[in-house]
Amino acid sequence: MLGLGRKDFGLLVIVALLTLLAPFILNPFPSDSSLAQFNAGYPDLMQRFVIFGIFAIGFNILFGLTGYLSFGHAAFLGVGSYAAVWMFKLLTMNVIPAIILSVLIAGVFSLLIGYISLRRSGIYFSILTLAFAQMSFALAYSVLTPITNGETGLQIALDDPRILGVSQTADGSIPVTHLFGLEMRATEVVNMGPWQFQFSAGYYLCALLMLIAFYLAIRIFRSPFGMMLRAVKSNQQRLYYTGLNARPYTLAAFVISGMYAGLAGGLLAAMDPLAGAERMQWTASGEVVLMTILGGAGTLIGPVLGAGFIKYFENIFSKINDNVLHGWFAFLPDGIEDALVAVVHPFIGKGWHLTLGLLFVAVVIFLPGGLVEGGQRIARLFRRKPAPDTERAHQHTPAE
Amino acid sequence: MDAIILQTLNGLDKGSAYALIALGLTLIFGTLGVVNFAHGALFMIGAFCAVTLQRLLSASYTTLDETRTDFLGNPAKIETPYVEAWFGPDVGAGIIEWSVPLAILFSIPVMMLIGFAMERGLIKHFYKRPHADQILVTFGLAIVLQEIIKYFYGANPIPTPAPDALTGSFDFGALLGMDPNVIIYPYWRLVYFAFAALVIGAVFAFLQFTTFGMVVRAGMADRETVGLLGINIDKRFTIMFGLAACVAGLAGVMYAPINSPNYHMGMDFLVLSFVVVVVGGMGSLPGAVLAGFLLGILESFASMTQVINLIPGINQIIIYVVAIIVLLTRPRGLMGRKGVMEE
Repeated sequence: MLGLGRKDFGLLVIVALLTLLAPFILNPFPSDSSLAQFNAGYPDLMQRFVIFGIFAIGFNILFGLTGYLSFGHAAFLGVGSYAAVWMFKLLTMNVIPAIILSVLIAGVFSLLIGYISLRRSGIYFSILTLAFAQMSFALAYSVLTPITNGETGLQIALDDPRILGVSQTADGSIPVTHLFGLEMRATEVVNMGPWQFQFSAGYYLCALLMLIAFYLAIRIFRSPFGMMLRAVKSNQQRLYYTGLNARPYTLAAFVISGMYAGLAGGLLAAMDPLAGAERMQWTASGEVVLMTILGGAGTLIGPVLGAGFIKYFENIFSKINDNVLHGWFAFLPDGIEDALVAVVHPFIGKGWHLTLGLLFVAVVIFLPGGLVEGGQRIARLFRRKPAPDTERAHQHTPAE
Repeated sequence: MDAIILQTLNGLDKGSAYALIALGLTLIFGTLGVVNFAHGALFMIGAFCAVTLQRLLSASYTTLDETRTDFLGNPAKIETPYVEAWFGPDVGAGIIEWSVPLAILFSIPVMMLIGFAMERGLIKHFYKRPHADQILVTFGLAIVLQEIIKYFYGANPIPTPAPDALTGSFDFGALLGMDPNVIIYPYWRLVYFAFAALVIGAVFAFLQFTTFGMVVRAGMADRETVGLLGINIDKRFTIMFGLAACVAGLAGVMYAPINSPNYHMGMDFLVLSFVVVVVGGMGSLPGAVLAGFLLGILESFASMTQVINLIPGINQIIIYVVAIIVLLTRPRGLMGRKGVMEE
């Protein structure tokens, strides 16, 4: 269906259900219970889930398929954000032109950077992309201030032209982003007993775009083009000897993933119309690498899982404080309780990055396939299929 | 002329830091073949060694002075550092003041230990994994180290002054017979440069003139053959990792007075140091040092007002531009060896 195999279609349906029902799934606790702070079903956070999901899906097309590790992908996200905000300033507050422009600009930008960076591979490629991203970051902060508004970040203002829209609304305030009149921040709050669910227009736009992005990623993974990219990863030398030039393929993958990043940047700006240079910093590039690896590089669902996982726990862990911990361990004797709280304390609240770093190191060491591999291992454990021999027989080890 | 001398001098201290970090990176890469993204964190830990020693030395006990009162009328509290109590006020104050140079001695064993622990505990298991995995695991490790430091020392920069005798600046122009006050240069930066030169010289001498260094160089050229000769090359490479950590740590210790240490200073330097290593040529020690100084000086020349007026923003990106040009025209870097990291 939709040109997908049965398994892939099933995966798409599952992801679609999860994203569309996210306001329910992420809000399992009644809003008056003490666990309500672990609800993640509010629009701002859900939007970040899917937007960074798009970013990670795009990154995975490059890293997961070709093995080229880019450390500069945040540059494309930043460029996309700037492009979108400029569209809001100059043309209209409708998000469609902004998103289209951000994807296009990020595409052109990644074509330029990719054309140069892909002349080298391995560690050199990583460093080249890192250098380009840092360069864009430094420029956005300093010389390009007329375009990027430097440290303050680019924002929309009352005196922007907005040729197709209005500079300011009737009551003299800054207009909000909308999709043909449907405001992005419009949120429908539904109360069902003690539960409260929020349905945000902005979230559903992002979710829809993520599903399209995910669908396209599946098609790319299963296409002959995707096979070529995998060939680049497994043995580029052999590809050359076959008489094929790998560079157009890797460049295409680079541009596609750059456009995904641009889409994510454009959506970030569409949800909250401002863009800052810190979005381009290399720590931001590092974050998408973390998401992809944590979820499982080279798998379809992995990057989405990783993005959701990191953004969710970033939010939750930052909220837990010592009082919450004392509440949890209250059933223990006082001494043990205090000791436990003291042990856990460095890892929560502001210490979330420490937890993330440790988790990441552990994943790279023990689970190179990320959460997806973890899930598979657990599944295998339960199935207890005594058939590893046949599996091994089918694996062809390539002659070096 | 004076502007050129001034900018060259200005470039030297930053260049020294780049050169030291790049030297350590290259040592690790050349011996173990590991791309160490946690090297910036080692630099940062070095700087925090200086902070720690300063705090340790300033550890003090409180006595009540009944003869004086504070503004509330209570007896005044007098903090006396233990070192002052032990060695007398003058010597004690001197020791505290010279805590940064003393931290050099303190940091060497600490960095050695951290280096050994890192190599034996984590990086050892990644020799056979792809370079991407090595980058990722050391990147994660860098985050962890950084966050640990942040947990203990907070997120704000901690001022770590140099000894008073070395804080001022001197008139370099007068030395060359120019008008006074044309070239003013802080003493500490000169100290930093001299120190860096000393460390670099020591590392090269160690590799060049000792048997141990000879074996290590042989191992860098052909690890397998050295192993077949019955030499435990792994052990020596572990020691080299500790040495590289030391070099980074020392660079950090001495950099503390120039830039107050904060927990992300390592990351800021790391990106640039990688660029330096690549420009110098992966695996080439002289290349790393040369490129470090070269890029440091280039950066300071690019910060001249005349240059910025000519090409706005060039000071921010000059290093990256140079790196891109070098990588595209001389893929092996300035002094890269053939066959190192060419896929």
